[in-house]
Amino acid sequence: MFKWLEKNLPKIVMAPAVGLIGWFVYGFVLWTLYISFTNSKILPKYELWGFGQYEKLWASRKWLIAVDNLLIFTALFLIFCVVIGIILAIFLDQKIRAEGLLRTIYLYPMALSFIVTGTAWKWILNPTLGIQKMFRDWGFEDFTFDWLVDREMAIYTIVIAGVWQSAGFVMALFLAGLRSVEDEIVKAAKIDGASLFTVYWKILLPMMRPVFFTSFVILVHISIKSYDLIVALTQGGPGISTTMPALYMTQTAFHKSQVGLSAASAMMMFMAVAAVIIPYLYSELRRENAR
Amino acid sequence: MQDSLKSTSYQQLEQKSKYTNMFLRWFLYFILILFASYFIFPLYVMVVTSLKTMEEIRQGTLLSWPSGLNLESWAVAWGGRGYGAGDTFLRPYFWNSIKMVVPAVFFSTFIGAMTGYVLTKWRFKGDQWVFLFLLFGCFIPFQAILLPMARTLGVLGISNSVIGLVLVHTVYGIPFTTLFFRNYYISVPTELVKAARIDGAGFFKIFFKILLPISAPIIVVTVIWQFTQIWNDFLFGSTFSFGEAAPIQVALNNMVLSSTSVKEYNVDMASAIIAGIPTLIVYVLAGKYFIRGLTSGAVKG
Repeated sequence: MFKWLEKNLPKIVMAPAVGLIGWFVYGFVLWTLYISFTNSKILPKYELWGFGQYEKLWASRKWLIAVDNLLIFTALFLIFCVVIGIILAIFLDQKIRAEGLLRTIYLYPMALSFIVTGTAWKWILNPTLGIQKMFRDWGFEDFTFDWLVDREMAIYTIVIAGVWQSAGFVMALFLAGLRSVEDEIVKAAKIDGASLFTVYWKILLPMMRPVFFTSFVILVHISIKSYDLIVALTQGGPGISTTMPALYMTQTAFHKSQVGLSAASAMMMFMAVAAVIIPYLYSELRRENAR
Repeated sequence: MQDSLKSTSYQQLEQKSKYTNMFLRWFLYFILILFASYFIFPLYVMVVTSLKTMEEIRQGTLLSWPSGLNLESWAVAWGGRGYGAGDTFLRPYFWNSIKMVVPAVFFSTFIGAMTGYVLTKWRFKGDQWVFLFLLFGCFIPFQAILLPMARTLGVLGISNSVIGLVLVHTVYGIPFTTLFFRNYYISVPTELVKAARIDGAGFFKIFFKILLPISAPIIVVTVIWQFTQIWNDFLFGSTFSFGEAAPIQVALNNMVLSSTSVKEYNVDMASAIIAGIPTLIVYVLAGKYFIRGLTSGAVKG
């Protein structure tokens, strides 16, 4: 008995973690999947109902708006975060004075919650007392910046705040990538007469492919899950114009008590994340095994 | 003759490139400082707004300097105005968050350390699959577990309580803490462990005598990561708690959204700073470790 215990001690120590994740992650996802095939309203029902909830979901105007917003947000969020991140990383890589301080400034938003930063942006973007008033007081009397309360434009305020929060992080990833490149490569290229621009454009950036890939996966992942920022900044409004899937899911579940429908929307999000993450995990594992 | 000609043109060229270089340097600093001001702008606005009176806010602009060190809105944000109903302030929720963060960080870090230790130093057949099994937990969108979690907390009788949130954050922290410790311990030479085993040291003795003493950096990374994630969480907090058990981010959001007749932006900003200050302090003091955690665990987003 004691011998058995000793031999299996490592596995016994592992057991809680595996059990908790098995139950709370895999078990729960399966439960949600099952519920998405039932006609559950306030309370879960367990008779199968087929794809009815998914049909309802994709016929819902609000869900379509949410998906639309997600696409707009993801595209802009990706482009701006990556472009700003790369520019900052390359510029910081030029033996800059006070690099540490600048890096700290670029990255501090990552330490704050989206609720905190959303509150700040909401105040800055509000038309009556925020940026709009600032410019008007400065003499630009026709200056208008009321995206926050404009149905068409409100989604872009979420992009502004989201990029502000995450661009520094892309900078950190690229800076780490650039610093890991051997100096010899850059020196050799310079001796061959390559300009600094050529060195970055033709040699270093192509070497950063894994960093591009990682940033892409992480940013898409952040945008699919975005919830807090929208709650803090617009609550999905004006109207329902800035709804996104994560917000749709919680509202449908906890305000409208449409458990089956919200489970279906959760599964759609799950699949979207899986479509990005599984290839990523696969390639990461292959890289690790190749080492 | 020819030589001298060559050298003058070379000098000219050098002179010219010196000017371009200087210009480029200035351009570089200009862009970097421009972005720095974009990043610092909201923080600056938050701080100065929190120090103004509402009258000053209406008269001045976002950037205008406060007339004095007016800490009243901070006092209101932290301790309320002292009247009964409808007086929400952050102090009790700040303590809720502390009571939630401390045990959740401790348990998830401890479990992660143990799991990472087994996965690297007591390897067994299929351990890579077990790792992958745990790792996947880093990526799931939490929307896919919210509904069953809400029911489970209800069944266990700990919904709308700090204990419930401790459980939730511990469980969903495990994939990350395991990832951190596993990737750290994998670079510790296994020979060390083998030698100790031959000397008769057991499972726990090896962990506490050999691995734990060299784990300080990764413990710091993990604790900072977990602390930041759990302190800043809003999804779990807002879904599984309300009223008195709410953590600070939920309370902040409620405070800002509560539609009283007059919006007090100075109090809102003071509240936001109070809710953000613990993680900001950790970031400033231990930025290096924060970034290390970020680059290896940021998949959570």
